[in-house]
Amino acid sequence: MPERAPLLALEDVTKVYRMGDVEVRALRGVSLQVQQGEFVAIMGSSGSGKSTLMNIVGCLDRPSAGRYLLNGQDVSRLGRNELAEIRNRTLGFVFQTFNLLSRTSAMENVELPLLYGGVSTKERHRRAQEALTRVGLGDRLEHHPNQMSGGQQQRVAIARALVSNPKVILADEPTGNLDSRTSIEIMALFQELWRSGITLVLVTHEPDIAAYASRVLVVKDGRVQSDKKQEPEIARPLPEEEATA
Amino acid sequence: MNFLQTSRVALRALQRNKMRSFLTALGIIIGVSAVIAMVAIGEGAKARVEQAFASMGSNLLIILPGTTTRGGAFGGFGSMPTLTWEDLKAIQSEVPAVRSAAAVLRSAAQIMSEDQNWSTTVNGTSPDYFDIRSWPAARGSLFSQSDVEGGNKVVVLGQTVVDKLFGSADPVGQMVRIKNIPFQVVGVLEKKGQSPQGQDYDDTAFVPQTTFQAKVQGGLQKYIQGTIFVSALSPEATARAQTEITGLLRDRHHLQLGSDDDFSIRNLTEMASAQQEGTNTLTTLLAAIAAVSLLVGGIGIMNIMLVSVTERTREIGVRMAVGAKTYNILAQFLVEALTLSLAGGIIGIALGLLGAQRLAAQFGWPMLVRPDIILIAVGFSALVGVGFGLYPARKASRLDPIEALRYE
Repeated sequence: MPERAPLLALEDVTKVYRMGDVEVRALRGVSLQVQQGEFVAIMGSSGSGKSTLMNIVGCLDRPSAGRYLLNGQDVSRLGRNELAEIRNRTLGFVFQTFNLLSRTSAMENVELPLLYGGVSTKERHRRAQEALTRVGLGDRLEHHPNQMSGGQQQRVAIARALVSNPKVILADEPTGNLDSRTSIEIMALFQELWRSGITLVLVTHEPDIAAYASRVLVVKDGRVQSDKKQEPEIARPLPEEEATA
Repeated sequence: MNFLQTSRVALRALQRNKMRSFLTALGIIIGVSAVIAMVAIGEGAKARVEQAFASMGSNLLIILPGTTTRGGAFGGFGSMPTLTWEDLKAIQSEVPAVRSAAAVLRSAAQIMSEDQNWSTTVNGTSPDYFDIRSWPAARGSLFSQSDVEGGNKVVVLGQTVVDKLFGSADPVGQMVRIKNIPFQVVGVLEKKGQSPQGQDYDDTAFVPQTTFQAKVQGGLQKYIQGTIFVSALSPEATARAQTEITGLLRDRHHLQLGSDDDFSIRNLTEMASAQQEGTNTLTTLLAAIAAVSLLVGGIGIMNIMLVSVTERTREIGVRMAVGAKTYNILAQFLVEALTLSLAGGIIGIALGLLGAQRLAAQFGWPMLVRPDIILIAVGFSALVGVGFGLYPARKASRLDPIEALRYE
């Protein structure tokens, strides 16, 4: 039986930055494939090239050489606005610092990708509300980021990533600014999304966070050092009393 | 994303910084209101000059007799009588561009009513004069040609003289004494106001020219001891009338080719247009100064937009990450700049109109607002918004999303 076409396929991707006279080779030939429905954790120390890899996978940056096929389409030579459209329709982003618009309600934050996708106002409201309900914030639609905890803000960010029904959600250190209890809650939410069929790619440097993924990729010096499938640990949010103990 | 949505995003951003938005727009408010008020002032001044010249008479030429020279010193125009009554008749009948002409003899004299007296200018003229100056009677009537022919002792008074001699009483039919000779008041002239030089037109009295010669000046004379007022057929005909009269008088006075005129002609239409040019220059100058403040306002917008772009680098990064295209970001910041400048422009128009109205009331000028200036002001402020907003907006739209997301 032939293998399904991969959702993400990187073929010998390199990335070279020029900082003044110095050439920084952030990626030195990365090839990898991610199938639909995988939950991939990319690990590596700072300077390993994992952020560069994430930026290329997220269509925020283009490879210097090599090819990147997203959902069967070669996106490695597309222009700025074409990449913006791909990000809008195919990808969802979750950041370490949440990156919500301040003084803007949860609803409006979540609606943002739909606004640029040309979705009608009524449809936008419906889908934003649906996404917020899905991440457990159905009762906080009109709250502003400064009225919410870090965990809640990250949930809004996840709802924003979800709302355009992307093929892949990319999360860059999503638990980096959260305490361990909230981190587990967020990971539980990611696992829930994964089980419902969404493909996830997550960058982290914490092994206990990577343990919740179905596949762990370790990047070092711009190359993939190891690539292992694993049985994911199940994220179980701690009950209240244990957390306070 | 359509224009409406872009506008909403831009308006929200401006709302978040109300004070800053207001101060930024203030530059444009001041600029636009200054332009509107300044142009209104200039137009008001122009209208006043026009009014003043119109009140002097229509298509007016004034002929002054020549100068005397005594020991090399010029006595000035009018110091030597060179114009004769025959000259006047010739001008009336032989110059086609002339509608009518009248001599005005002038003398300072004291006028007495029963209990008051007042020193004013007494003029001797013919009824044509009132027609040339478009100066009707407010009460009673003007004297007639038969009064002139008969040398009747009748007088028409200016409003100022009436006020001084009779107060609020009706002077028509009353007697006044000029140089101790009794005259009957037959009419009062309409109030005419001030000359462009600020002289009171209404401080005057008119008697028939024959009576003037016989009773006020003394002795019939060949020469006109005064000036001739001429009305040309049309404003365009004034220059032609001037040339024709010059030719006629030189001919009649037997002046050799190359010798100077022994009279001079003042063309009021030309003087009026010279004055108007002056006020036009003033208007342009005021508007130019005001336009500079509009420019400064535009730079203020650019400054704040640049700050805003830097401040919101992360927001721009997020918008790009979730799919905003270059032109979405460009449009957002352009609309912000445009909103600031247009709002400033509209408030500025309101303030400018208000200011112009108050100034007009203060100086007693007509309030003149040119609609084209309002359109220009709105257009210019929009242009300022786009012009000065373009650079910051382009800067925002060209940010690298990765850099922008990382910006602290």
